[in-house]
Amino acid sequence: MTARRLRRRVVSTLMTGLVGVLSFLAVLALVLILGNLIAKGASSLDWSFFTRNPVPAGEAGGGVANAIVGTVIVVGLAALIGLPVGIGTGLYLAEYGSGRLGWIVRFVADVLNGTPSIVVGIFAWTWLVKPMGHFSAFAGSVALAVLMIPMLARTTEEMVRLVPHSLREAALALGYPRWRTSLRVVARTALAGIVTGSLVGIARIAGETAPLLFTALGNLNFSTSVTQPMQTLSLQIYTYATGPFAEWHRLAWAAALVLMGLVLLLSLAARWAVRSRHGAPPAPPAPPAR
Amino acid sequence: MAPPPPPPPPPLADARLRLETVRLTALYGRRAVVKDVSILFPGHTVTALIGPSGCGKTTFLRCLNRMHELSEGGWTTGRVLLDGEDIYEPGVDPVRLRRRIGMVFQRPTPFPTMSVYDNVAAGLRVNGGRSRGDLDAAVERALQQAALWDEVRDRLRHSALGLSGGQQQRLCIARALAPEPEVLLLDEPTASLDPSGTQRIEELCHELKTRYTIVIVTHNLQQAARVSDYTAFFYLGELIEVGHTEAVFTKPAKEQTEAYITGRFG
Amino acid sequence: MTTLPVEPLPAPAPAPDAASPTPHAPQAGWRILRGVNAGDRLYRAALTALALALPLLLLALLAELVASAWPALTRFGGRFLWTSVWDPVAGVFGAAPMIFGTLASSLLALVIAVPLALGVAIYLTEFAPKWLRQPVAFLVELLAAIPSVVYGLWGIFVLIPFLRTYVVPPLRAVVGWTPFFDGVFYGNSLLAGAMILAIMIVPYIAAVSREVLVAVPSSQREAAVGMGATRWEAVWTAVVPYGRAGLIGAVILGLGRALGETMAVTMVIGNRHDIGLSVLQPAYTMAAALANEFSEATTDLYLSALFEVGLILFVITVVVNACARLLIWRVARGTAVGSRAL
Repeated sequence: MTARRLRRRVVSTLMTGLVGVLSFLAVLALVLILGNLIAKGASSLDWSFFTRNPVPAGEAGGGVANAIVGTVIVVGLAALIGLPVGIGTGLYLAEYGSGRLGWIVRFVADVLNGTPSIVVGIFAWTWLVKPMGHFSAFAGSVALAVLMIPMLARTTEEMVRLVPHSLREAALALGYPRWRTSLRVVARTALAGIVTGSLVGIARIAGETAPLLFTALGNLNFSTSVTQPMQTLSLQIYTYATGPFAEWHRLAWAAALVLMGLVLLLSLAARWAVRSRHGAPPAPPAPPAR
Repeated sequence: MAPPPPPPPPPLADARLRLETVRLTALYGRRAVVKDVSILFPGHTVTALIGPSGCGKTTFLRCLNRMHELSEGGWTTGRVLLDGEDIYEPGVDPVRLRRRIGMVFQRPTPFPTMSVYDNVAAGLRVNGGRSRGDLDAAVERALQQAALWDEVRDRLRHSALGLSGGQQQRLCIARALAPEPEVLLLDEPTASLDPSGTQRIEELCHELKTRYTIVIVTHNLQQAARVSDYTAFFYLGELIEVGHTEAVFTKPAKEQTEAYITGRFG
Repeated sequence: MTTLPVEPLPAPAPAPDAASPTPHAPQAGWRILRGVNAGDRLYRAALTALALALPLLLLALLAELVASAWPALTRFGGRFLWTSVWDPVAGVFGAAPMIFGTLASSLLALVIAVPLALGVAIYLTEFAPKWLRQPVAFLVELLAAIPSVVYGLWGIFVLIPFLRTYVVPPLRAVVGWTPFFDGVFYGNSLLAGAMILAIMIVPYIAAVSREVLVAVPSSQREAAVGMGATRWEAVWTAVVPYGRAGLIGAVILGLGRALGETMAVTMVIGNRHDIGLSVLQPAYTMAAALANEFSEATTDLYLSALFEVGLILFVITVVVNACARLLIWRVARGTAVGSRAL
């Protein structure tokens, strides 16, 4: 083997090794973060952590009950608003989206997808908090819905487009009107993928903090009223992590572990929704949260 | 327990139903792919449409149930008369039309999220208003007509995707038959099937023509000869010749027909 | 040319068994061809109405940003972009440090993230054994699922102490004489911000790059191997250049993400209105400023200045993302590649 040939082989092996190492480093970062979360947070997860509200600053103990309930309410309301609009827009793009309006909607969805979530937050502040005169969970939900809709529209469109055209034709040839074809045949076939996209979208907004800073604001007390400020896990983590008390820091880790667990659960549910279906089109993986 | 007797076949209001096209032209934008075709399809017969790829026979077929206009830029001129009524007249609802003219496609397309039963019942449910008992009877009848009943009677509630390719195609035929159309359009129905599946479907055509008028597009000349009463030869969008199958195959009137049939081009 | 069958019609086929009992009658009225289809019109109208929400939302967003920023826009004009004085009391606002910090932290993050992300993408598509691909891809995807605030938490309590103890002292020993590494390191710094950002954008760049590389036709790879290239050479000289536009697009997409990141950055970057060359110094980004100061804005002008910051941030990210999409589209032709990644 000539020297040149040998050198090329060596370079090839080295570079192969290098990209392997780089991948390993990327995965290592994940392992480190998750590992730290568990190490520093798991020990604080007791019953009172889940059932108690925060105690006054500086005192020991307390929990995140209000934050967990708050997260469920704010995210749930956001899903209630965002899912129909997002999925409906996706269906529109797949069914009727070949015209000019379709192009515009697609372009807008891509633009909004790239908008920083804090900008959406101040937008919701101007349109909801300021006129209402106070912060509210509702404003937070709207901000989260605005983040969710463009993402959901694009993934729904993609999933519906994966349904083979021949299925649509078969339904039409049977005498199905177009709306029924779209809903009962096409969308139903794409349902697993749409569910996945929805779960991924919900997982993403569950972790959001920035848009909630000036809308839901946070609340030290337990509250279920959507017209009042509300606490979420993400807001709680932010307050505690940036605060001066060591006790708060400990609670922040535990809350982060809970939040991460929630996000992980939703992501896994999203993957499971696709796997168990017989014959549904495969869903592509989708990295969610910010 | 003896199996229940098969449900009786429906009466036919007119055993000599006519489907005919009068100067039908089908276009995509400005390009005509079917030119000025007039054919009569007599009731209770099987007519085969043959011709080389791209000759317009599938497009022509799709005009018969107004599927052509669903394609990008597709439109037609001319008339298609179902029992004397022009299906292209303004005011005619294509959705309703397609319940009287059924279609089976080249590749089996069972609805993947539905069971065998639901697939067959799909065309019935969209019309609405049937009781459970009616549905059951109609599904069974359709599956029997499609010669699939015995194979699926124990798995009606299972997913349609569990069937073999040939079975799925027969399922699609049952699905098309369930709403009791008057005409059945078959677009190369055996193209993706193995020989035994093909044979079963050809046998079906013989059985079904007692009840339905069938138009079948096929690339397979032997199949056309086996299955049809009449044969129409298309070339470059034009109807070159149509007549009794035997005559077309043994004594074709036109030179092009003979050239195609003897394999000089394809 | 028309022809009709010239033979007389055949006798009708034998009628079905006439002795059978009353048969099942088809739906009454099924032979009627005429009718109106209201369902289709309603459906389309409903979907169109829902779809219109997005363009209206964008218009509202833009309108609100511009309207609220207007006082500051007219008051400061271009000076807003290049002056550094940020004095709420005196009513003087210059956003240069924030803009600088945003760009610096994002670009620095790219420098760190791109080799990692491309490495992962190339490894997963070209070199990894089949059984390893799914798990590793899943793990990298999981990185993207971690909420920003959790990254920030990790950054404050793990990354910064790590930097302070193990990274900065050797760095300063070696390159401390350069302006980039001088000054005292208190922890919260541009470097910490950039590193956190880097970890956060790796999964996005990696995911989109993977899709781009997968879209490269295998004929490219095969042609190179057929000419005697080593495995690495086949990838580096045939596959990667083919997908180059898309890969650059993926990187720019990552940049777009980094520019808009808020929580993790504001928790570790120091939040100081200052332009400095040293990465060890605290810095500020536009998103961080909004997060910190929006609720503190006491005067209308202050608020307006912050809205202007939001507007600038919005415009920059839109432009960057548009460029990214254009490039990716060139390789992956109009599919929704990358739309999920955001």
